[in-house]
Amino acid sequence: MALEALHQILASAWTIWAVLIFAGIARWAWRPANRRRFEQDANIPLNDEN
Amino acid sequence: MSSLAVARADHRGPRYVEDVIRAAVVLTMFWGVVAFLAGVVIAAQLVWPQLSFDSQYLTFGRLRPLHTSAAIFAFGGTALIGTAFHVVQRTCRARLFGGAPLGWFVLLGYQFFIVTAAASYLLGITQSKEYAEPEWFIDLWLTIVWVAYLVAYLGTVLKREEPHIYVANWFYLAFIITIAMLHIVNNLAVPVSITGSKSYGAWSGVQDAMIQWWYGHNAVGFFLTAAFLGMMYYYIPKAANRPIYSYRLSIIHFWSLVFLYIWAGPHHLHYTSLPDWAQTLGMVFSVMLWMPSWGGMINGLMTLSGAWDKLRTDPGLRFSVTAVGFYGMATFEGPVMSIKAVNSLSHYTDWTIGHVHSGALGWVAFIVFGTLYYLTPKMWNRPAMWSVRLISWHYWIATLGIVLYITAMWVSGIMQGLMWRAYDELGFLQYSFVETVAAMQPFYMIRLLGGLFFLSGGLIMAYNMWRTIRGEVSASAVAAPRAIAA
Repeated sequence: MALEALHQILASAWTIWAVLIFAGIARWAWRPANRRRFEQDANIPLNDEN
Repeated sequence: MSSLAVARADHRGPRYVEDVIRAAVVLTMFWGVVAFLAGVVIAAQLVWPQLSFDSQYLTFGRLRPLHTSAAIFAFGGTALIGTAFHVVQRTCRARLFGGAPLGWFVLLGYQFFIVTAAASYLLGITQSKEYAEPEWFIDLWLTIVWVAYLVAYLGTVLKREEPHIYVANWFYLAFIITIAMLHIVNNLAVPVSITGSKSYGAWSGVQDAMIQWWYGHNAVGFFLTAAFLGMMYYYIPKAANRPIYSYRLSIIHFWSLVFLYIWAGPHHLHYTSLPDWAQTLGMVFSVMLWMPSWGGMINGLMTLSGAWDKLRTDPGLRFSVTAVGFYGMATFEGPVMSIKAVNSLSHYTDWTIGHVHSGALGWVAFIVFGTLYYLTPKMWNRPAMWSVRLISWHYWIATLGIVLYITAMWVSGIMQGLMWRAYDELGFLQYSFVETVAAMQPFYMIRLLGGLFFLSGGLIMAYNMWRTIRGEVSASAVAAPRAIAA
């Protein structure tokens, strides 16, 4: 397959890439294993007591 | 992590660059008053056009960009530079990259940009692109300052001691990077001569229009929304002394905003020569934006859950929380207006102006006020603001001003749109243009009154801030337990 044709397919599939990346981020955010670390991360501003 | 913070508590003073932030706080207040005053002046000109006094320097066409730039770039931009430096140092537990010299260069370089741009508008030097009026030489200077801003910010993030990059930083960083991209692409131009101010843009025709509104709407999306959300994600938890309601939701909020906003620009060009598919694309993405916007609003508001009583005792926090409410309202109205059928009524009318101001006054200015009321006593080591009662006065007078402003513009805008499209039984337009202008005058007076209220609130705040910085303590401040506890 010519590189140009491949480029065209990949470029026109940007919606799919974007949706896949976003779904991956959402999965990462809601993974039960990450629950505790996000709770800790939320406290970052408050750990600086001043 | 918390033991680390405690261990370093003694070194806090010299540990962070703070003079730059103090200067930014004062400058933000100054530009706020200037922006509100300029708004009041041009609102009065719309009621009484003779107020331009037949001077070319005082025409509405020159003062209007002065007002918008003073509000967005001077008031909003200075607030963002100051708070970005504050938030990034605190949440990364690292001194600003480049230290005070780079911080001062960014802040003062940006002030130079503002003054140069304002002077050029009054002299009639403009690219005539909305929110991108400054000519090529000012654009080049801003590019230098902005890259320095990015270096200072990103450098601090990279040398952080805190392992995780707190969500507020993502919003600030998205703002800095995206604005750099938008500014450079939209302002590509060829100057006529190296000593002259005039230039010609690289783009023309419908491409020029599309790039302009790709820029314009993402200035709304990344300057006026994402960046101030960074402010929300730091200062509301700080002022309420509670972590953000859901950190996971903040991740989704951020990425959905970033993925969607960039495509919404074409809704500024409905029913123009822009291809129809592009208009529909812009509309669809604008409507989808409703979800992350409301997710973010819920996240901000629910942070107060279980601590709503703080709103009674802390009018500064009341500003921030009301701002989030206005954020939700404006980001609901926006998608509605981007629907083509609605836009055919609302476009080019005062409804748009009302919508912009529910965002600019209700969201942007209120979140800045809330932040400054928190930051001023912090930065000058005062127990609280000089007068809590004056904060309350500011809150109510400003809120009343916004309500007058946006309701007047709704009525005026919808009336204007309906009058423009009204036909008589023979198929002729029912109203001449000047009749629509005359019909709007009472609403322009109400808008002027709303603007005067908002300006008065700003002056009250400036006075309160001045007394606080001078180190005076009033009776009402001592009686406010929360401000001391926080």
